[in-house]
Amino acid sequence: MRVTIDGVQHSATPGQTVAGALLADGRTSWRTTRGAGKPRGVFCGIGVCFDCLVTVNGVADVRACQRLLAEGDDIRTEEP
Amino acid sequence: MRVVVIGGGPAGVAAAEAAVRAGADTVLVDSEPTLGGQFHRGNPQRVDSRVRHLANSTVWAVQGLRLHIRTGPADSPTRTGEAIDADAVVIATGAHDRVVPFPGWDLPGVYTAGAAQALAKGQGIAIGQRVLVSGTGPFLLPVAESLKHVGANVLGICDANTGAGWLRHPRAANPTKIAELLGYAIRLRTSWQPRTAVVAAHGDDKVSAVTVAKLNPDWTIRSQRRVAVDAVCVGHGFTPRLELAVSAGCKLADGFIAVDHTGATSVPGWYAAGEVTGIGGADLAAAEGEVAGTAAAGGPCPATALAKVRSGRRFAAALAAAHPIRPGWQTWLADDTLVCRCEEVTYRALREAIDLDATGTRTFKLTSRVGLGLCQGRMCGRSAVDLATTLAAQRRTFFTPADLQRRPIATPLRLAELASLPEEDL
Repeated sequence: MRVTIDGVQHSATPGQTVAGALLADGRTSWRTTRGAGKPRGVFCGIGVCFDCLVTVNGVADVRACQRLLAEGDDIRTEEP
Repeated sequence: MRVVVIGGGPAGVAAAEAAVRAGADTVLVDSEPTLGGQFHRGNPQRVDSRVRHLANSTVWAVQGLRLHIRTGPADSPTRTGEAIDADAVVIATGAHDRVVPFPGWDLPGVYTAGAAQALAKGQGIAIGQRVLVSGTGPFLLPVAESLKHVGANVLGICDANTGAGWLRHPRAANPTKIAELLGYAIRLRTSWQPRTAVVAAHGDDKVSAVTVAKLNPDWTIRSQRRVAVDAVCVGHGFTPRLELAVSAGCKLADGFIAVDHTGATSVPGWYAAGEVTGIGGADLAAAEGEVAGTAAAGGPCPATALAKVRSGRRFAAALAAAHPIRPGWQTWLADDTLVCRCEEVTYRALREAIDLDATGTRTFKLTSRVGLGLCQGRMCGRSAVDLATTLAAQRRTFFTPADLQRRPIATPLRLAELASLPEEDL
């Protein structure tokens, strides 16, 4: 399966989440907070905390830990 | 007779199978693509083929016994909706980790124990190479084991309690469970450090070290040292997912859904099973699911499962007694420590809100913005209420955790989805 993360092509496996792909790529944070601009990545890992938000195929605020990657997905993070 | 079970972990799967065996038309709604819940993540479970399994589906609102459901990829505007009218509902939505705040707990590289577990079991990812596990309770042991399986070096497990509470409940402690825990201890070959906790995380953009403290029995700090790590995972017990129960009007007891021996809640037609009724592990959850699923379908109470529920609840009571959250964690906070991660509300801001005479949970939230962010207080709500109660101790001010659990929209919904709902569904 091919996906794009911040414009770079990656291969992904069925069952892999967006967060799984980002962490496997060595990234531990990909967003900053509105107030102090602090970095955020995965915290709860099960869809509760909303720290890990990304944009998927143009739709913002998708929980990276909950969304499974699909063929051709275009993932954009706030902090590429 | 239609029974709808919400949640596909050990309790929900057992409830759905029991309901279908008792002759009910049964629907199992689960947010994950495969069944098994957090416990069986990476090891998908099956359910009786007569059960209608709605995968990738979430109940976002309830009106009486009508359930509003969205189905499709997480947070996608392409999800489809339906409303199902149930004759009985079993809530088996489980629990997520509770983490008490400490300086640096918002740094990347600090994970909940559940996240470390889910990433290891579901994605084959180790959160780090030099990892400390910290918190309280036996759940930290399987988390450490999962971390080792994916190649992490687990430097140690810090438990803020001693576990001595077990000894005071010798008959309550279940021999199978004790053997299971000893098995972990032997296989893990890592140090289990009682009355010890990670009380601060350090680093610029990512955790590079933590402060590990020896604790007094009330969890205040006795002494501390710094340990280099590249990740830490933390879990101080669990918070039940109560949105649907609160929306349906079910009574709570001690922060969980109050149920009778059949799993019936205070609201007719609504049942609950598993961690939403008390933290006791997968075996108890499955037994509770079997009982509640049968009762929801109007069948006779299964005696073997009922006996399992009784012994399991004794074990759960011993577990809760041995792993309390002691108030000394509140002394770990610095003025600038975030309590609410979403709205970036610091401990200082909470204190100022109380000083401004917040007279209850609502004014406390509106003044400080605690719990008003994306997670809607799911991560910080309980800790914020505990802090407010301490800070306002001198005044007749009441803060109730239930006020931070009222979320009529139970799971996130896009405005476009809400706008596209047919009027008869609203």
